[in-house]
Parts: sequence; C-alpha cells; structure tokens
Amino acid sequence: MSTHTFKVNGETVTVDVEDDVRMLWVLRDVLGITGPKYGCGINVCKACTSHVNGKAFNPCSVPVGAISESDEITTIEGLADGDTLHPMQEAWIDNDVAQCGYCQPGQIMAAVALVKRCEAEGRDIDDEALDEIRNICRCGTYNRIREAIKAGADNM
Amino acid sequence: MSAPTRAPKERRDVSRRRFLGYLVAAPTLVVAAELGRQQLFAPPGASAAAIPSPPQVADAYDLLDAIRDTARPTANLVKVEVNRDGTVSFALPRSDNGQGIITSTAMIIAEEMDLEPEQVNVTLADSRPELVFNQLTGGSSTTFSTFTPIRVAAAIAKGALLDAAAHLLGQDVDTLTSRAGLITGAGGSAIPFSELTEAAATDVTKQVEVALKPREEFSIIGTERGKSDARAIVTGKKQFLADMKVPDALPTVICRGPNLNSEPLSVANADEVRNMPGITDVEMVSTGVAVRAATTGQAIDGVNALRVEWDGGTVEGENDESVLEKVRAAELPLAVPSVPGETVEGDFTFYFRSNSALETNMAIADVRDGSAEIWSALKVPITVQHDIAEQLGMPVNAVTLHVVEGGGSFGRRLFGDAAKEAAEVSQKLGKPVSLIWTRADDSRQGRTHPMATSRIRAVVAGESVVSFEQRHTSVTTDFGHGLGDAATAAAAKLPLGAVGFSEAIWELTQTTPYDFGAQTRVLSEVDLRFNTSSMRNVYSPDVCTARDLIVDQIAAKMGKDSYEFRREFLRDDAMRAVLDKVAEEGNWGRSMEEGTAQGIGFHIEYKSFAACLVELDCRPETVNREIRSARTGPRVTKVVFASDGGLIINPLGYKAQVMGGINDGIAMTLTSSLHLEDGHFIEASWDNYFYTRQWNTPLDMQIFIVDSGRPEPGGVGELAVAPTCGAIACAYARATGTVPEYFPILHKEPLPFEPYPTVPPIPPSPTNGLEMAR
Ligand code: FES
Ligand code: FES
Repeated sequence: MSTHTFKVNGETVTVDVEDDVRMLWVLRDVLGITGPKYGCGINVCKACTSHVNGKAFNPCSVPVGAISESDEITTIEGLADGDTLHPMQEAWIDNDVAQCGYCQPGQIMAAVALVKRCEAEGRDIDDEALDEIRNICRCGTYNRIREAIKAGADNM
Repeated sequence: MSAPTRAPKERRDVSRRRFLGYLVAAPTLVVAAELGRQQLFAPPGASAAAIPSPPQVADAYDLLDAIRDTARPTANLVKVEVNRDGTVSFALPRSDNGQGIITSTAMIIAEEMDLEPEQVNVTLADSRPELVFNQLTGGSSTTFSTFTPIRVAAAIAKGALLDAAAHLLGQDVDTLTSRAGLITGAGGSAIPFSELTEAAATDVTKQVEVALKPREEFSIIGTERGKSDARAIVTGKKQFLADMKVPDALPTVICRGPNLNSEPLSVANADEVRNMPGITDVEMVSTGVAVRAATTGQAIDGVNALRVEWDGGTVEGENDESVLEKVRAAELPLAVPSVPGETVEGDFTFYFRSNSALETNMAIADVRDGSAEIWSALKVPITVQHDIAEQLGMPVNAVTLHVVEGGGSFGRRLFGDAAKEAAEVSQKLGKPVSLIWTRADDSRQGRTHPMATSRIRAVVAGESVVSFEQRHTSVTTDFGHGLGDAATAAAAKLPLGAVGFSEAIWELTQTTPYDFGAQTRVLSEVDLRFNTSSMRNVYSPDVCTARDLIVDQIAAKMGKDSYEFRREFLRDDAMRAVLDKVAEEGNWGRSMEEGTAQGIGFHIEYKSFAACLVELDCRPETVNREIRSARTGPRVTKVVFASDGGLIINPLGYKAQVMGGINDGIAMTLTSSLHLEDGHFIEASWDNYFYTRQWNTPLDMQIFIVDSGRPEPGGVGELAVAPTCGAIACAYARATGTVPEYFPILHKEPLPFEPYPTVPPIPPSPTNGLEMAR
C-alpha cells in the first residue's frame, strides 16, 4: 500500500491503496464517491467520465499512482456550485434527458468538457461536434442529449 | 355505503361504472383495490379489395390482457396509504429500470386524490410471494394492468378523507373541496390530510364502492411531467445497486470460462491469488471462480490472474453458421403451395443480439445464519425468490429480496442471474458480497435475443392478398421467469411446458394488422442451450421487419405505393390515422437523392398502433465515414414516428420510451449483433457490440401522439422498436435496390476490432487515461 494525496471536488483527500488501482475504484470503493459509473472499465463506454484539471478524463483508465498532489478531480457530485446547478445540469432537467440515468453523470461531464473545448477551438456545437461524443446511452436518449447540450452551452 | 365523491353531477350519472375496493383495518387510512375491465378495440373497418382476415388471438385478447388477468385475483392487495405527515405512499409491485413508471404512478394517484405528484411517494415493493402473479414487469404491461386498481384505491382514500373531514367540520360532504392535501369547507375552515388519516382509518376491513374521476376532469394525467428523480440523476445522487453500502459487502467478480457457460473443473493457483493485494476470498462456484476484494479493480486483477481448467461450455465448437443450420433444420413447411407469378416470398435471418444494459448484472447478497437478504433489479422477484430459496436450501420466507432500481433492463432483469450467483457466493463464503458482472461477461455470457429465421409466403390475386403465411423459427427464448409466479415459472422450465409457454406468448403478441385473407403465423423453436430472453420485445422486431419487406414487395407487384397499399389494407380507421400522420408529417413520397430513400413500417401490439417513417442515407460518403473503433454504415437521417397508445399518462415519459425504442430499432436493423465463434461470443466491449451511438442516431426525430379517445393506457415500453426496424429495412431496400436477407444488415461486414482474448476473461484497464484527457 502507499499513500496518495489529491483534490476531489474541492477537498484534499489522502488514500492508502496500491499504486495501480484505477481511479474509478479509488473514487467509488475507497472514497464512496459513486457518481462516476462503471460501464466497461476500458475507456470505451465513458460512463465514468469526470474532470481532471478541467478536462474530461476516464478514471477507469488512470492508476491512482499517476495522479499527483496538485491534480484536481471533479466528479458529477462537484459540478454544481452548492445548491446552484451547473447550466448543463439545468439543461438536462429542462429537457428531461434521463431514462434510467446510469450513463447521465458521464454524459453531463463529457458535455461540459466538449462545450469548453469547442469554445477554445472556436468551433460551434453543431452536429459534427455532437457526433464526436462516444458516451454510450443504452436507453437511447441520444437525441435529447443533443438538444440539452445545445441549450446548456448557451447558458455556460 | 354510498359513493364518497363530492360532485353532485357525478352522483346523478348512473351510467358511470363503479368499482369495488376495501378500507383496510389499520391505525391510519389504508385502502386496497380490485380490478375492472374495459373493452378497448373498435371493430375492424373494411376496405374494397382487402379480404378480411379472420380474428387473430391477439386482437381480442393479447399479452397485456393475460398479464392483467393473471394479476386479477390478488390485485386487491395493492395498497394506497395516507401517512401521518399528509403524504400518500404506494409501494409499486413492479421494477423501474428507467421506464419512468414511478413518475407516472405518482401522477395517477395525485390525479385521483387531487394532490400534487410530489405529495405521493412511490417506492418499489420487495418481493411479495403472496402477490402470486402480480409482480411482473414485462410485455410493456405496467400501466395497463395497474392503472385502474391504483385509481380505485386512491378514489376510495379521497372519499374516506372527505367523509372524515365532513364529520369533523360538521358540514355536508358535498360542500367540501380538496386540493393539494387540504380539505376546505364552507367559510374557509380547512383540515389537512395529515390530521384526517387517523380519523378516516377503520378498525374493520370493509368493502367500498366508488366511481372514478371522469377523463374530462383530468388535470394531471396527460400533462407533461419530468422524471421524479431527474435532479438526483444529474447531481450523481441517484443510487444504483453498486452505489449502495451494505456493511462488509465487498466487491466480488466472477472469473468465467472461455466458452459460453463453461463450468470450472479446477483452480491451479487459488492461494497465490488469495495473497494478492486487497483480495479477501477466492472460491469456486457453479459458474466460475469468485474473487472478493477491497476494490472492484483488485477483484478484476485477481480474476485475470487465476489459472482455471474449464469444460467446453454448452455450445462447444459452434458458430453462427452451424447454429443457423440447426435453426433451418427445425423450420416448418409453408402450407400454401408456391404459385408462379402469384406468390411473393421472403426468407430472412436474424443473428444473435445482446440485451446487455449499461449497468451490468449486479446483486448484493448477505446469506448467513440460515437467512438471506438480497438486493437486485428484478422484474420477476417472486420467481427469483423461490429459486434462491431452493438453491440455498431455505424456506421461502427466510429469503428477503429487495427490488432496486436498475440501470436499464431491455429484458435482462426478467431473470435473477446475478442475484442467484451472489446468493451462492455469499453462502459459500459466509460473508456479504456485492457481485458485479464485468462488461465483457455481460456481453459474452449474458442473455441474448435468440437467432431466428422468418419466412413469409403471400399469394396475390389481382388486387387482393389471398393468403399470408409467416413461419418464425428461433433458438428457444427462455421464459423461465414465467408470469411472475413460481408455479408458472416451474411449468415453463419443463421441456414441454416451455414449448407451450413460448407458443402462448407468440399467440398473445403476434397479429398482422392487414386484411390479407387466410393468415397463419407459426412459431417453432429449437433449444440449443443459449442464454436467451426477450429483448425490448420478444418476436415483434424480427416478425415486423420480415412483414414490412414483403408488404412493400406485394405493393410493388400490384403497382401501388407502399403507403397507399398499407392504408388500403389496414384493418381499421384508427390504424389508418396513425399511418396517415407519419405520411403527412414526414412528407412521404418526396423526391430523394440517389442512394437515399424513405421507408415506412407499421405494427400493432400492446393495445397500441404505431407507424414509423424513416429516411436512410446509404451513399458511400456516409456509409464509409471514418470514426475510430466504430460501425458507421448507412445513417438514418430522419425519423417520423406516430402512435396511438390509448390514454397517455405522461406524454413526456411516453415519448422518451419511443425515442429509446427508435434507437434500439436502428441498432437491431443496421449495426448491433453478437458473433458466435468456436463456442463463444466474441464481443466484449461497447466498441465491439455496436449499439447506436451519437454518430448513428437520427439528426431529426419527430414523435407524435395520435389520440382516438380510447379510455385505457396501452403499452409503450417496447412498442417503437418493431415499426422502426420495418421502416429502416424497407428504406434500405429502396435506397440500394437490394432487399436485405439478414439482420443486422452490417453483420457480415469486416469487424472494425480485434476480438479480446477469452483467457484471461476481462480486458485489462488501460493506464493512459491522463494522456487522453481533453
Ligand atoms: S467505465 Fe470508464 S469508460 Fe467505461
Ligand atoms: S439513461 Fe440509461 S443508459 Fe443512458
């Protein structure tokens, strides 16, 4: 076992766990932060999508040993500002996006990062940009996701 | 006792049907209800050239009726309770895996009791063996079978509260009004439900008669309402099974064999694996070797480190084509001889498809000291409870089964595969476990929609279709979950019973919506020891795909337009209204660029009629789009869907179910299938099994509700899949000039992936996630 310190959702945490345990299990099984979901464990389904230093990443594919003390991780639980939801979360509620909801934390985190990236690259949130999203929704909510991202982007 | 409703005009209306229910002896107000019965279908209409088909079983009595009728004897145990805080509680004996029935049930109760839906707490009931048949979620039946009994109970509860208020206020009950849990009398005196529930309670159970709120007065039913757990979902607070904390229930993963249903023979290095970091237990069980660890990741590492000897599984050496040969061998002959020039025929193959949800199979089990407590997402908990009791050697009442909301179902949660396994592991270890199937296991070893062929022969004479025969031959669909009761489930497990049961489901669900003269639809099955189940429908997507393709060919033979032909031969005007809606909104027949085409599909089921119009782009620049590790292929660019589902409780939830069904239909017709090779399915990832992704989904999707005023809700959970499949198949035939003969259409295209090895069984997690952050 070794000790790892980093920031999650604004709080500094220290965990005692082997270096190679993937961050998804550190978050879920060690820290009890269960917003990021398991859907594949191999960086395909994107159900675990969270942010590291503001960029979308998939904690199922990052060993805790690769995370340094200065790294700031944000999961879906840390996206809202207290009781004030992030515009993307609001858009998700307004568009009644979710079915079972299992994929949705990952979808929202991916959407926020996509909008930021497009903005930085000077691109529109058009069909081409939306087609890039790899997150699986087995309930087939894709079309509402597209609408919500456009609406959420307008308010970000 | 007179009807405890307040509006005098309701009392004068002697024609209004009355329903029976019970005031149940309890310290606070508790009400229970029995079921009613309505006639839903209008008599079929007539068309000039169409030769009326004799009534088919599913027209008069379909699967929804069967599920409701099996539910009838015990539905009076379905209870609505008024709590001391003034809220109303109802434990729904069903399973919600995202279909939104918790939200719609709260709406139904709120409507009848003049409450806000937020004032109603709907939870999922634990397994209740005394409910016998009445705890099955399937066949899109929930709203249809629970709508009336829930309303009856709610109406009686409101009546009892009004009576109690009238008594306390010393006023006539007819002068009282009830709104949002507050009963107000003349002069503004008001009493909340919270202060009435004890007064309204009874100490003897008694029968009560009640009339229900007429449809014209509905103010909640039929309005759009977002999901009750929307905020919890978007903030990550909604708890799924793996998020629940049961003390000491550590993550547990099973090492499974290389072939389908391989069983373990021996383990070479259990001690070595037991000593790996985080691992607490390694134990051989019937389906593999269980590894329990501090974290799921460590359990996965343990699984991959095991060296296990396996048997060959249940389909050793088989592949797609060898299984297809066996299905072919079981095909029954068509009855009407082929007549040259007058016969339209087709023969279609449907490959295995996975019904894996995004949340894999999971269960938590704590089996110690002669009793068992289990949590899982289960649609037929009673059957699972009986099975587990038998497996553990315990009486049924020693097994407590909690039904947890699941992350999607699509047929998977009809069975308790993970619950049974978790119970076995926990019993063997004497410790609680939180068992999770890996994605690879869920895809390779989980249940599938069985391979099938569907053959059709239609005989055409001039302007009429004289006969229409469909022969469906399939690897056996497992209905071992029965209709929710251990007795029917046991019957379905017998070899003869299973045949009878499948045929019963076939007869109860399949019906042809057209007047095609003499019709036969026959199912035959061949049991090849696959893990199967329904998948957002049992037979309909395949049956409908085959039928729509042949319908288009008959139309062409007669020189008729596909839409006009369907319109003419549909059996009644309510069906025509739905078809007309998509033709009109979708601008049917508009000129399309070469390589693109429209297609139309039509299906009836679950007391609902549904039509789908698609536009499909098969041009090379679209088909050959480059996206890494993806199936691109033809793109459905537009979908216009319309359905008449009777009374709609929540149009938003209804349309959401339709959208999901459309995306399923796209996957089933074009992209998603399992490939059987040498005794195992090769797909182990969502980048192997091509369910619809953003790059496949339509850019334009329009969903319309057609209301012909039928009084009861039909089923919608699975409705949209079949007509979408039919429409896409027809559009493909038109756009490419080739009628597809197998599905999904891309099944035999080169695989855009290298299959993962089967030993070790779980693809290792990458380590480069930070480099890919963007
Ligand atoms: S669980 Fe991380 S991408 Fe699927
Ligand atoms: S909402 Fe169920 S998987 Fe997306």
